[in-house]
Amino acid sequence: MSRVAVKTRDSRSPAKSVALHLTLIAASVVSVFPVAWLVLTSLKPRQVIETASVGIFEQPTLANYTQVLGQTKFLTWAANSVIVSLATAVLGVLLSATTGYAVSRFRFPGFRSVMWMLLITQMFPVAILIVPIYNLMAGLGLINQFPGLVVAYLTSTVPFCAWMMKGYFDTVPVTIDEAGRVDGLTPFGTFWRLIVPLAKPGLAVAAFYSFLTAWAEVAYATAFMTGDERYTLAVGLSQFVGQHKAEWGLLTAASVLIAIPAAAVFLLVQRHLVTGLTAGATKA
Amino acid sequence: MTTDVVGRRRAAPHSGARRFLSRHWYAWAMTAPVAVVTLVLVGYPLVRGVYLSLTDATEANMGRTIGMNVIPSTYEFVGLANYADILTSGTFVSRLTWTVVWTIVCVALHVGIGLGMAMLLNRPMRLRSLYRVLLVLPWAVPAFVSAFIWRYLLNGEFGVVNAMLRAAGLGGISWLDDPFWAKVSVIACNVWLGVPFMMLALLGGLQAIPRELHEAAEVDGATPWQRFRHITLPGLRPVSSTVVLLGTIWTFNQFPVIFLLTKGGPGGATEILVTYAYRQAFEGIRDYSGSAAWGMVILALLVVLAAVYRRALKRQGEAW
Repeated sequence: MSRVAVKTRDSRSPAKSVALHLTLIAASVVSVFPVAWLVLTSLKPRQVIETASVGIFEQPTLANYTQVLGQTKFLTWAANSVIVSLATAVLGVLLSATTGYAVSRFRFPGFRSVMWMLLITQMFPVAILIVPIYNLMAGLGLINQFPGLVVAYLTSTVPFCAWMMKGYFDTVPVTIDEAGRVDGLTPFGTFWRLIVPLAKPGLAVAAFYSFLTAWAEVAYATAFMTGDERYTLAVGLSQFVGQHKAEWGLLTAASVLIAIPAAAVFLLVQRHLVTGLTAGATKA
Repeated sequence: MTTDVVGRRRAAPHSGARRFLSRHWYAWAMTAPVAVVTLVLVGYPLVRGVYLSLTDATEANMGRTIGMNVIPSTYEFVGLANYADILTSGTFVSRLTWTVVWTIVCVALHVGIGLGMAMLLNRPMRLRSLYRVLLVLPWAVPAFVSAFIWRYLLNGEFGVVNAMLRAAGLGGISWLDDPFWAKVSVIACNVWLGVPFMMLALLGGLQAIPRELHEAAEVDGATPWQRFRHITLPGLRPVSSTVVLLGTIWTFNQFPVIFLLTKGGPGGATEILVTYAYRQAFEGIRDYSGSAAWGMVILALLVVLAAVYRRALKRQGEAW
């Protein structure tokens, strides 16, 4: 390699630029196509959907949407999902915030056990706890009830939130705690008055992640919710494409209605989400 | 940082139980909510699960209340019979093999494609933020919605993928009804779902690598491959080890994609351990004990993963 060939990394030959953009455009098409096709399909009438044709726009209509909103329990399911997910998110963060702080700041007897517990419980597969929890909830009469489902979700969100918040609290300088201590605050006072206000973005991300987990959960919801008045969206949607009939029009319209708000909120917070999930790994 | 506090705590002499208590009570009080929740909601079911896995409990002999009648449980303790059944069955070997293949292929493709995309995005160029948003989209859509989307795209009769194949003069493929293509389908769907997270996480890692390192190497005449091999990859290690393990655990436990896309079929071809255990518990005559035993076997496999993860953390200096 001659010295002349050394360029700064900012300059590229036009051919390389074209190749770069072409690759990214191709990847974007793969990434967007399924979602775009979903939106297009939801606008087609039923007889067009169930043919092998690949037209982009064919007799566009909002009939699927009016049917989903008017003649199915979609709105009930959406409300159920919101109730369950909100309860999971709020309870998850409330229960786990102080623990995240304690394992971030203090080294106490039992510290290692708590860390192990948090690590192992958050990777529990659904298959381990679902049967015992199902039996437990059946005993308490909580099958087909929201509290039963929320409790089941807390088993995975609480350890995960604590883990995520530890990562966030680690980025808050300890000098702030020390300043609080010097001014005579108890550890609880320090946590509540100094750290919580500073850690609000971290708390929000943990809450959002819990919300998403509950929102998209399938296994528990399918097993626990037995009446279609209590279905969450994930369960309800599978009713549209059952074993015997497939209402693709309803399914796609409902999917669009779910995906658009979810994607909008998600794209707003995704930067924080990645930071939260890999906290401690990036020391920027 | 935290080590200051840690250091002082360690250095302080422990004189008597009283001091010990007064030093640590608030840490314990703060961890109490999670400890209680975990013990009650995870510990109790876990213990019960272990017990169930040692019995022959099914839906038929489980105690229940029908109206006013209380029917007592009649299941019996059978020791390790369930485990023996699982470990000697061909189902276990075939499910485990497929789960391992599924996990490795998915994670390798997630990381490989994610890293490629991250490196492309980590250059100054026009429209960068637009590409970023477009490429993140699959992660933004809830996973169960994506599984349904793919089921429609891959539909044999009127799915768009087959329509395109036919238009190109090739025959359609029965994606979800053929054992081999069903495996390809679930992997494709999961890769589509999982790449954005890897891409963003690795992009964050790439941006944390100081530019000067690349510039110095370039001045010294290192080829792009050498720079990738000796600067980019080592610089990414803290992030990549975390995301690879997270990805492994997530993929290993990936329930919605398999359950909603193929229901584990055709003929169980795409059934991973988690979906198999679930279907045992909730389909047909509910086999609670068998499912619990499967759950324990899966847990054992995951504990091994956790140990690996902890070692990885430890190597990064996060010792606990």
